[in-house]
Amino acid sequence: MTLPAYNFAYLDEQTKRMIRRAILKAIAIPGYQVPFASREMPMPYGWGTGGVQVTASILGPDDVLKVIDQGADDTTNAVSIRAFFAKTAGVATTTRTAGATVIQTRHRIPETPLKAGQILVYQVPIPEPLRFLEPRETETRVMHGLEEYGLIQVKLYEDIARHGHIATTYAYPVKIEGRYVMDPSPIPKFDNPKMRNSPALQLFGAGREKRIYALPPFTEVVSLDFEDHPFSVQRFSQPCALCNATGVYLDEVVTDDRGGRMFVCSDTDHCETRQADGHRGPGLPQTQQEDAA
Amino acid sequence: MSDPILSVRDLERRYASFIGCTKVSFDVWPGEVVAIVGESGSGKTTLLNCISGRLERSSGSIRYRMRDNRFPDLAELSEAERRFLMRTDWGFVHQSPAEGLRMRVSAGANVGERLMAVGERHYGRIRETASEWLQRVEISPDRIDDQPVAFSGGMRQRLQIARNLVTHPRLIFMDEPTGGLDVSVQAKVLDLLRGLVTDMSLAVVIVTHDLAVARLLSQRIIVMKNGRIVETGLTDRVLDDPRHAYTQLLVASIPES
Repeated sequence: MTLPAYNFAYLDEQTKRMIRRAILKAIAIPGYQVPFASREMPMPYGWGTGGVQVTASILGPDDVLKVIDQGADDTTNAVSIRAFFAKTAGVATTTRTAGATVIQTRHRIPETPLKAGQILVYQVPIPEPLRFLEPRETETRVMHGLEEYGLIQVKLYEDIARHGHIATTYAYPVKIEGRYVMDPSPIPKFDNPKMRNSPALQLFGAGREKRIYALPPFTEVVSLDFEDHPFSVQRFSQPCALCNATGVYLDEVVTDDRGGRMFVCSDTDHCETRQADGHRGPGLPQTQQEDAA
Repeated sequence: MSDPILSVRDLERRYASFIGCTKVSFDVWPGEVVAIVGESGSGKTTLLNCISGRLERSSGSIRYRMRDNRFPDLAELSEAERRFLMRTDWGFVHQSPAEGLRMRVSAGANVGERLMAVGERHYGRIRETASEWLQRVEISPDRIDDQPVAFSGGMRQRLQIARNLVTHPRLIFMDEPTGGLDVSVQAKVLDLLRGLVTDMSLAVVIVTHDLAVARLLSQRIIVMKNGRIVETGLTDRVLDDPRHAYTQLLVASIPES
């Protein structure tokens, strides 16, 4: 029995050319949504079909791929996409942010600062930041074209009117180089500042919605706000329970059915690296500390 | 004040071979209310949509006096300029408030949207202005965070008016603004409109089939039939001494009260 012969990285070369052209255009106009002929992928929509197509088109044999889902390298989505490319492209994979050349991500930007030469590929469910305010695609395109962004401000206004502060915590709209308003995909707004002036290339792929957009390295990214309600990121009152890190994005983990919970790094690689370096958080069992001592 | 703010010449709109309106010419001066009356299908709404830029005309010219006193044809403006005009210098009050409002967004944001569209980025100031405007249209400022879906028909219509007037426009288009309202609510909305129009010296083009509305609000009347203007003149003159046979019929068809 022979296995089906896939082209390198699953997609055929013509498709990759088409997607690369869309990517080049997206890089040329930062924040602008470029339509592309999204293909059916061997996974359901919503599992990262857009990100996978972008990754497949930019991957070369020498690349080292890392895939994260909500910051973790070991969730189903991350594991299967990593396995998919290991099988169809035979590329090396890693969980270390620093060692990767291409990082496909869902819902997070790694804590370790990205370097020049790295590419971050986002999986995007809904690329249109104006979608829930203006359902007509024809109209939102005109609004982008004419830079009519009053409506996105209406959304933030509604947040403050209802909650007393801007309650949008993820997919927080940003303005690119003073021109296009962009949906940064559902990353927490905690990660918004990391997009600004990043030395890495950032690509966004939306498979179901058939759009690609991009942030070239060192692009100005401003989170929208009001003068009297400025943009701010989430703050955590305690450090990571495992690696004692502060100033990172934490996940709340329920530990028992009696209200026990702990806060740990959402970026598993960052957490493990710190633990290996000897950082220990208050949540680690005492026995382990004794073992170490 | 001697120059018209809006000047329409030989306007025609065809739907294939069918005529929507044709040979329509009239001027509107600043601070003047002009009513376009006629029966259903007479081309009133087609005309209104054409001059407000919501529908493309087939031929003719529509000139508008800009704030810098230029008097360009609307077709000469870029789409960006036209849309900017529509959300700053103009207003459009729809018959159905659902068309003119964002029904799932709070009243305050509905009023504030135009302010944000022209670059206001201070939440406190937007809210203050919205609250003032709600008071001016007799909606309690307590309801600033309620959505229009929770409002009555009359309140929705008043909210729509506030939303249009917040940027201090100079020209308002109205399409049957009291259409779906019962008589007492109608009277209240008309009363409010009359006050605001005088206070802000707005120019208004109002389409209605209700001659009582025309008499109450307008200084001049344009009577349309089959897409053409059949009679035009001062409201009182046209309604008290109609000359065209069709206008006589219209006036005669109002039941005596």
